[in-house]
Amino acid sequence: MSASVERFDERARREADRVGETTVHRGELLRHPVYTRVLHWSVAIFFVLSLASGFAIYSPWLYRWLTPLFGGGARTRLLHPWFGLLFDLFFFFQFLNWLTPMAWTAADRRWVKRLKEYTTHQHRVEPEDVGFFNGGQKIYFWLIVLSGALFLITGLLMWFDHMIARWVVAVSYVIHDLSALLMLAGFIIHIYEGTSHQPGTLHSMIDGTVTERWAWTHHPAWYQAVTGRDPQKSYEREKRRQAERARARESWEREQDARENL
Amino acid sequence: MPNPRTFQIQEISAHPGPVPGAGTRREDEVCKYIDVTTCIGCKACEVACVEWNDHPFRETTFNDTYQTMPTTEWNYYNLIKFVEDQRDDGNLMWLLRKDQCMHCADPGCLRACPADGAIIKYSNGIVDFQQENCIGCGYCISGCPYDIPKFHPKTNKVYKCTLCSDRVGQGLEPACIKACPTGCLKFGTKSDMVQIAGLRAKQLREVSGFADAGVYDPQSIGGTHVIYVLHDAKNPQRYGLPANPVIPPSYTVWKWLAKPVGLWLGLLGIFAVFFHRVSVGPRLPQPEEPPVVTEHPDPVEAKRKEQP
Repeated sequence: MSASVERFDERARREADRVGETTVHRGELLRHPVYTRVLHWSVAIFFVLSLASGFAIYSPWLYRWLTPLFGGGARTRLLHPWFGLLFDLFFFFQFLNWLTPMAWTAADRRWVKRLKEYTTHQHRVEPEDVGFFNGGQKIYFWLIVLSGALFLITGLLMWFDHMIARWVVAVSYVIHDLSALLMLAGFIIHIYEGTSHQPGTLHSMIDGTVTERWAWTHHPAWYQAVTGRDPQKSYEREKRRQAERARARESWEREQDARENL
Repeated sequence: MPNPRTFQIQEISAHPGPVPGAGTRREDEVCKYIDVTTCIGCKACEVACVEWNDHPFRETTFNDTYQTMPTTEWNYYNLIKFVEDQRDDGNLMWLLRKDQCMHCADPGCLRACPADGAIIKYSNGIVDFQQENCIGCGYCISGCPYDIPKFHPKTNKVYKCTLCSDRVGQGLEPACIKACPTGCLKFGTKSDMVQIAGLRAKQLREVSGFADAGVYDPQSIGGTHVIYVLHDAKNPQRYGLPANPVIPPSYTVWKWLAKPVGLWLGLLGIFAVFFHRVSVGPRLPQPEEPPVVTEHPDPVEAKRKEQP
């Protein structure tokens, strides 16, 4: 990344932090600053609009009940490329914003090898080498980069089809749809992981913070980097405290019971 | 339209033998015949087309030919192409070809169209656009080997020649045929037109000295419902016609494989994550609060194990 791009990116983050605000309570860590959150939801809104309007064009039986949302079939077709362009534009800024933390490392290779253990919950706490993003998140990011570029190229070919050779446009339809399927697959998993599968993750994208417990559970290397504490030790200490609290509560309850029985 | 079979004779009084013409059926497929060798470029067909379809005359660009405009337009379905060609002896030869929708048996526009009901093909071979269902994506434009469908920027829909399906439905010929003064345009059943075209081509070969004369009815798209008699059927490119028009096979892959498979995979993905959540459960921040209960006997399962 060139120095001017880095300067732009840095300035945008600072500006956003000046306008917006992130409240970090005790026991919480700042995960996503304002700029990242605004970009994420801009990308998300235009992705969903593109997806819905695209699905309407993609599939005739969805077409009947999705096109009215955009004011009829012709209006849907008219808006779809603009939704896509805005999606690509916002994602481009997110791309610059996240380029550094999304770099692929040896730890991510190990994460991918552990994929089966991850999905079956063999370890309740992630291994210590998982950083700010895990391997799966990085795959999704680079998948969006790839399909976003394919969308843009084939989309422009289809948009300006009167200037392009027939067979190129015909092939573009297929590639455009295949990249949509790639993105859809990632999107389904992304929504699931971000909401139902990992409680606390959605909060990080809305309010910007996560609990320390969340951090050492899912991203221990990042926890260590920001707090300087060993995630394993923090986890053990919290476990001990919890056990102590449980013991204290139990003895208190026994005491109460005994008092009531008197 | 009155059913033509209503007045077919079924029985004849005191008539010996079978009823003549019993069981006769009319051929469904219609066809427009264009003999380019007798076209004089009068443009009567262009005017008739504009009048019948009630199109206002549009502004055009003049580019040093007698041709009305460079290409057909959303409100100009029918255009005589004035191609300046060279005879074998080096003299100018004007190739006048009436350009319009070819009404292909295997229509590329219909293959490419993603909107439900925007393009239909009748059993008589007419390919018709239903603008109320058109979404203006323009896929038909790139699907057409003849560059015929045209986008209307105001309505955001695509238009083309209908072969006057409204007239044909009432038993009339298309407007362009009715206006033609030389008889180079004819309209009838496909087999009749193919036969007449064959005879005319033979005449051109044997009498008029055009050894390569023939009929243009490209079989690579299953034939067309508009056929040409060309003086040089071996090189239709001279008239601006593709020799072997094809429909890109990617449409088939895209529509009948990628689309349904994609939708099913998408549905499968949603089910997969849903049942993952139900069976495997969430990844909670550790240690969980309250502490994990390690022993959680299922009463039903325990009872089942007790029984021998």
